[in-house]
Amino acid sequence: MVERTPFLNFFTHLILFAGFVFCVAPFVIVAIAASHNLKDVNDVPMSLLPGSDFWVNIKTAWVTADLGPKLLNSFIVAGGAAAGKVIVSALTAFSIVYFRFPGRTLMFWLIFITLMLPLEVRIVPTYAVVANVLEPYQAILDVTGLSWLIEKISGVRVSLSRGLLNSYSGLILPLVATATGTFLYRQFFLTVPDELTEAARMDGAGPLRFFVDILLPLSRNNMAALGTIMFLWAWNQYLWPLLITTDQSRAMAVTELKQLIPNVGGSPEWHIAMAGTLIVMLPPLIVVVLMQRWFVRGLIVTEK
Amino acid sequence: MEKRVTFSKWTIGILFAVPQLILIFTFFYWPAGQAVYWSLTLQQPWGGGNIWVGLDNFRSILSNADYWNSISASLVFAGISTGLAMFIALVLAALTDRQLAGSWLYRVVLIWPYGIAAPALALAFRFILAPEAGFMAVVNKVWPGVWDPGLDGADAMASIIVAFSWKYVGYNFIFFLAAFQAIPRSLIEAAAMDGSGVIRRFWDIQFPLITPTIFFLLVINITESFQDSFGIVDIMTAGGPANATNLMVYKIYSDGFKGLDYSGAAAQSIILMLLIIVLTIVQFRFIERRVHYR
Repeated sequence: MVERTPFLNFFTHLILFAGFVFCVAPFVIVAIAASHNLKDVNDVPMSLLPGSDFWVNIKTAWVTADLGPKLLNSFIVAGGAAAGKVIVSALTAFSIVYFRFPGRTLMFWLIFITLMLPLEVRIVPTYAVVANVLEPYQAILDVTGLSWLIEKISGVRVSLSRGLLNSYSGLILPLVATATGTFLYRQFFLTVPDELTEAARMDGAGPLRFFVDILLPLSRNNMAALGTIMFLWAWNQYLWPLLITTDQSRAMAVTELKQLIPNVGGSPEWHIAMAGTLIVMLPPLIVVVLMQRWFVRGLIVTEK
Repeated sequence: MEKRVTFSKWTIGILFAVPQLILIFTFFYWPAGQAVYWSLTLQQPWGGGNIWVGLDNFRSILSNADYWNSISASLVFAGISTGLAMFIALVLAALTDRQLAGSWLYRVVLIWPYGIAAPALALAFRFILAPEAGFMAVVNKVWPGVWDPGLDGADAMASIIVAFSWKYVGYNFIFFLAAFQAIPRSLIEAAAMDGSGVIRRFWDIQFPLITPTIFFLLVINITESFQDSFGIVDIMTAGGPANATNLMVYKIYSDGFKGLDYSGAAAQSIILMLLIIVLTIVQFRFIERRVHYR
């Protein structure tokens, strides 16, 4: 940059190139392995020249793991979680930043604390809640004596029950229930000049109008960044869908990979496994490549 | 920081927050409370409610050698993979920041691994590191039996560390590069004028200025190594061989859903929660320091 350093430049290029190989090699190896036949893929060492069975393997993997419907499920869940997050977080942040009401600080902290404990950590009880999502409300009615009261008055026994196992909402809602996006919006709303709000109010705009016509269009960048990150994050979920989808018609693509692991006894069908891996890793990779700018931005702003 | 201008109809304001409040109550606070309750009670077989056992669940967990084995495996995993992923990313980011010809390529490509699902990259690495096919098979051909993640616990641990680090190098790289680029060029140019070389400038100017980012990433990497490792472990080793890779989240899953020991799993969850909360508090303390550099 400032001076001539030929040796150092040479080493810089050398190390960076090594890093490049380190990052790209697994992708390349997966793609090459996916193009071999059973014998070639198990050769030691495996030939690095692509074989000719690429499309056959892709097709076999697609059929074996039934990837068509699974990819569709992944798209629905990832899209749903991203959209839910983008909308719900915007609403909440608007409420926190633009209104003064009793208990606002408490609410702020209640939401903030959810950042601390990821889904994986509280997986067992969350599973129980999703098995009957109305259970918390039933418990509240029971404890407060309301269900006794209702039974006395109307003669109807209150038993709320709604299972979300094997449903899209069961997959999506717990993924939306954290505060990641809320704080992204909050930080952004705080930078929106007060004059804009004053002018809008002067012109007679109420809170809803201000939110829809001014705040949301201004947050488009944040929405793109948050949407990209959340889409990838939801697509890559594994433990959660593994637990709550016992019904194959709701399974997601990533969890299907487990079926492609070659078993120890039989012939190791690595070419099929790698073809399946390639199919599953491709959509997020495309999103990262196309949305790189938003992806990087989203990463950096959501973690602040 | 607070807004000066706000809307006066605050009842409408609360309505905006209702969807999120319902979601976090149902899917966050209730389950978290449930975990605490379960950890302090023991579920009766064949129903009949829970009986209060106080801290017995914690006592039995903490006196279980398997659990301590799981904790130490998690710490080894967290330590080595965090160290590897951060060191490689730091070197690559520092070199990319020199902005030689072609550095845009690295900026674009090095992020790719982070987009990949942990189980997908785990399956890829399971093949690459398989003892009988793939690439480590070549090593085994020269020295038979040297590498076998299916039998040797250390090999299995090494495999999941490689897979995890591969993913997180890209993540750390993004943050390190952003931190390097936030350093004013004039500082570095002034140092160069005073005759300091590239290495000297790195240690005396750039490295001290990015220490906040290092602390931040340290915490994030350790917490992620507790959570994001589940898919990698499940696909590559399933906790084996002989529990060598039975990391904490994996053990919670297998005890809770395979062993159906909800109380034990809940107690383990609580311990993991406390661990993560402590790490988060450490991170908050450091965020204050980060502001100091602005």
